[in-house]
Amino acid sequence: MHDLAQQIVNGLATGSIFASVALALVLIYRAMGIINFAQGEMAMFTTYIAWQLVTLGFPIWAAFAITIVVAFVGGVALERIVIRPVERAPELTLVIVTLGLFITFNGLAGWFWGYIVKPFPTPFPTSPIQIGGVGFSAQDIGIIVVSLVTLGLITLFFQKTKLGLAMKAAALYPEQSRVLGIRVGWMLALGWGLAAVVGAVAGIMIAPVVFLDPNMMQSVIVYAFASAVLGGIESPIGAVVGGLILGVVLNLLGTYVDAIGNELRLAAALAIIVVVLMVRPSGLFGRAKVQRV
Amino acid sequence: MVQSEPALSAPSEATILETRDLRARYGEIEAVRGVDLTVPRGAIVALLGANGSGKTSTLRAITGTIKTTGTVAFAGKTLHHRCPEDAAQLGIAHVPEGRGTLSSLTVWENLMLGAYIERSGARVRQRCERVAAYFPWISDRKHQPAGTLSGGEQQMLAIARALMLEPQLLLLDEPSLGLGPKIVHDIFALLRTINERDGISILVAEQNATVALAVAHHAYVLETGRVAVSGLSADLVQNDQVRRSYLGY
Repeated sequence: MHDLAQQIVNGLATGSIFASVALALVLIYRAMGIINFAQGEMAMFTTYIAWQLVTLGFPIWAAFAITIVVAFVGGVALERIVIRPVERAPELTLVIVTLGLFITFNGLAGWFWGYIVKPFPTPFPTSPIQIGGVGFSAQDIGIIVVSLVTLGLITLFFQKTKLGLAMKAAALYPEQSRVLGIRVGWMLALGWGLAAVVGAVAGIMIAPVVFLDPNMMQSVIVYAFASAVLGGIESPIGAVVGGLILGVVLNLLGTYVDAIGNELRLAAALAIIVVVLMVRPSGLFGRAKVQRV
Repeated sequence: MVQSEPALSAPSEATILETRDLRARYGEIEAVRGVDLTVPRGAIVALLGANGSGKTSTLRAITGTIKTTGTVAFAGKTLHHRCPEDAAQLGIAHVPEGRGTLSSLTVWENLMLGAYIERSGARVRQRCERVAAYFPWISDRKHQPAGTLSGGEQQMLAIARALMLEPQLLLLDEPSLGLGPKIVHDIFALLRTINERDGISILVAEQNATVALAVAHHAYVLETGRVAVSGLSADLVQNDQVRRSYLGY
């Protein structure tokens, strides 16, 4: 039983990473109708920035805070400079642009920091936390808490603020929103900024576990995509729930089903994508649109 | 009197909107072909015409939703680079074709976004109260997704949302579309009330000439992107050509 509880918490920890990156994907998908394939590499790049700050002597949490700000500004700038000129281009063009960004960030990270795997300091204590007689990794608990707080703040922003509401409207109904005076282009840039922030948090949280290298997010992005599809690609809540479920299920499968192990975890994620798309394409939280005319 | 250049008349307090030689095209097709129209401050002006006569495009040209040439002056100021966001800032509320309902957002969220550009929370609350007085049913249904309202309710919500901007000028595109005669009558009666009580000038594009002429002070009839007839509503009702083509008697 203790083992099971530990495995579940461990799954929730990786799951909350998937959930964060999935949420970043959903934010951009809702606004533009495309998957931002560069999301994981953006997260990786910002994680390197955090590492650089720590190496320069900043305390880890200060590096975390600075990186969040850099990620936000960087995300907004990326949209304004790279995406804006092709904003109205066909979706395929946009997808190609995000693939270009993927390669660019990966290459830049390799060029600046090299391809040698680097350790990343954990911001959490290393001694386990005892809950009900079971020892849980403080790192796992920390990852879960930080990720869920981030996701909670994003949710509050969308539900409670006028700007969040305007972003939602701009994403779902761009033409109608412009008539109301909402600057849709800037809302999109803000969306990229937020997505970059969520990605940066995920990157910094997972880096102590998987270590830092330019390819560190490449399997995470596949899991995140599976999470988003599982929860419903248009649903932010779905992305989070999908990520948590996927994290736990994959961890339990990897631990208790010998045939899957660690090697087939990625394949299991892909199988989930295919099955969800066949059985319930709108995902767990996707809804058929209700409309009277 | 000597015919002058098609320039704008001197800025006048009496005119809220004036267009001169307004033109708009979609690719090869010129939908608006030199429309001159004037909305006196405080008036209701109807823009009549059949399907495809350029009514929607004229409204879009005014707010800059589509690319245009020609001049548009609002409250005496010429608007050079028009775009819908700026139009809202200036105080032009546009209820577009299809009512612009944000269907998956709630009724309340729709209303709040109507006042998006207003920063003062106190003023937003004030407007809410004023709007609630016109549409008492809204407060009971504010948590419902706007897309689940009936067509008539969605039209009412669109007007309510436009009022949240506290506009000087209200542009409406075909408010009667798809609605029954009773509701259409109610909506136009409401427009007259809003016009009289709040002093909001209204430019309404409408196919249903009978109901529009009954509330409008002035009217323009568009045919293939040009003004065919214009004048006081009372005169147009007597005009044989208008009667035959648009009123059906």
